[in-house]
Amino acid sequence: MSDILLDFNNVTMQFGGVTALSEVTLQISRGEILGLIGPNGAGKTTCFNVMTGVYSPTIGSVTFNGQSMAGLKRFEITKAGIARTFQNIRLFSQMTAVENVMVGADARKKSSVGGAILRTPRQRREENEARERAMELLTFMGISDRANNAARNLPYGYQRRLEIARALATEPQLLCLDEPAAGFNPAEKQELNELILKIREQGYTVLLIEHDMNVVMKVSDRVAVLDFGKKIADGLPADIRSNPDVIAAYLGVDDNAS
Amino acid sequence: MSTIGNAFAPVRDAMDSVGDAFQRMNKWQKYSFYAIVVIALYLAPFWTDIPVLGQIIDTPGTQFSTVLNDQVIIFVLVALGLNVVVGLAGLLDLGYVGFYAVGAYVTAILTSEHGNLPWLLSLPIAVVVSMLFGVILGAPTLRLRGDYLAIVTLGFGEIIRLTAKNMDWLGASRGISNIKKPPSILGLKFGVLDPKPYYYVGLTLVLIVVFVLHRLEYSRVGRAWVAIREDEDAAELMGVHTFKFKLWAFTIGAAVGGLAGVHYAGKVGFINPDNFPLQLSILFLAAVVLGGSGNMYGAILGGILVAYVPERLRNFADKRVFVFGVVLVLMMVFRPEGILPKRVGDEHKRRRRSAQKEGVAQ
Repeated sequence: MSDILLDFNNVTMQFGGVTALSEVTLQISRGEILGLIGPNGAGKTTCFNVMTGVYSPTIGSVTFNGQSMAGLKRFEITKAGIARTFQNIRLFSQMTAVENVMVGADARKKSSVGGAILRTPRQRREENEARERAMELLTFMGISDRANNAARNLPYGYQRRLEIARALATEPQLLCLDEPAAGFNPAEKQELNELILKIREQGYTVLLIEHDMNVVMKVSDRVAVLDFGKKIADGLPADIRSNPDVIAAYLGVDDNAS
Repeated sequence: MSTIGNAFAPVRDAMDSVGDAFQRMNKWQKYSFYAIVVIALYLAPFWTDIPVLGQIIDTPGTQFSTVLNDQVIIFVLVALGLNVVVGLAGLLDLGYVGFYAVGAYVTAILTSEHGNLPWLLSLPIAVVVSMLFGVILGAPTLRLRGDYLAIVTLGFGEIIRLTAKNMDWLGASRGISNIKKPPSILGLKFGVLDPKPYYYVGLTLVLIVVFVLHRLEYSRVGRAWVAIREDEDAAELMGVHTFKFKLWAFTIGAAVGGLAGVHYAGKVGFINPDNFPLQLSILFLAAVVLGGSGNMYGAILGGILVAYVPERLRNFADKRVFVFGVVLVLMMVFRPEGILPKRVGDEHKRRRRSAQKEGVAQ
């Protein structure tokens, strides 16, 4: 509990009469990989969307780095240090891979219209920095060989990695991955696991929303479980695995249980 | 479906070869190439003196250089500006003629109706005022998306025209006459008969706009625009201040539209509200979409075609609008991305290289 990066305090999120999240309290410590799991419709993505400012909670508060997230616009939340990827890939398909990542890197840049027209020294420096950083990240993600291809022409696995690279380019403190293993085969999942661990080594805190238990259990330091909008468990992966509530939520209650 | 679309493939390949050759050139060769193109463009009014080719391109009924200035330059300028709004930022603007009218009216007011400024001085003022109108229209409306924005901008174009028509201060429906002409410099005389000096001024404006827009497109600003066009929510979540950059797109588009208006007013010397009908907004948009929305050079091509072809086909005057309509419909069916869409990425190089290798192997 020493260094809490994100504090999700008693958050309830309602859409009309539907309660997607109900009094969820969740903390993410700096430097950890937190897995967030739950059956379909448990509220994982809603949780995510509240964190990244897509929705603002009906009740409760989100504090990031000791700063309240209430009233911040989405791009301000990104600048505060939360970046995300999307469950269904949402790249800028008519831009090249490197340009996609540069859009992320641009979040930390300042030069605007005047700088671009006059090509001021600062603008040129920022432009070079963004491009270099983007190439670094593509190399880090192992996809630099297709840096100048249009994003829409990249293979599926590359697109998923490109999303992560784009998110990392915004220099986040917290990286939120929304089902990054969706559609991957076991070998690709294995690579992804290694990648996520590598990302953490670089000093990022990772929130991982995932369906695939193998991925979550292997890489997470801690796992939180949502079911019907409520947090039903929170602990070490090994404990979660044997938690009867979690098993019930995932597998249903076994009628023949002795 | 793409059989007709594929008819463009040889053209594309030829252009790619030119493009590749261009990339292999060194700095000085590139500069010389630019210089030759620019000189050729400045000599465009004399292209009709070239044997054979001159006969083909000459416009019946209207002097070729008049078409170049009054139609082509205006449409190219407007298409360049509108391409920023529609092509790059993906904001459908159906009232672009409004900015064109603002530019023309500001020049008219300052140099004739309510002032005595020279044309050259009215130019920056008109551009700034057009930008202000861009902000005035954009600030409240850019929270809207897609269809809603289109309808609001459609209304804007009409409001500008109707305001001009009903305000006596703006000359009402009689319009404003005696608008000042560009200053006589470098031995150019801006009279009534010879359109060439105006063309030189217009071409210079086009080149400046191309230069500025090119710099913007390949910068943080241009990337933000395209990101917004591709996925506004994702862009915002990646830290793009979407509202700010949409407003910039609108403002810069408005500036270029206003600039076209200034040039128009300086040439014709007389404007009235009927010069700025809704139909013009539609034609402007058609130019951008036909040429290749999102690609500056596509938009230029679209502007040239929409402006020039009807003049060239004036002999078929009663059928040309029909033909134009049919061409547009066919384009949308077979090549919706326009004649010259923006090419993203370098995949085509690899594909062509491997195709060439296969050719060698055979």
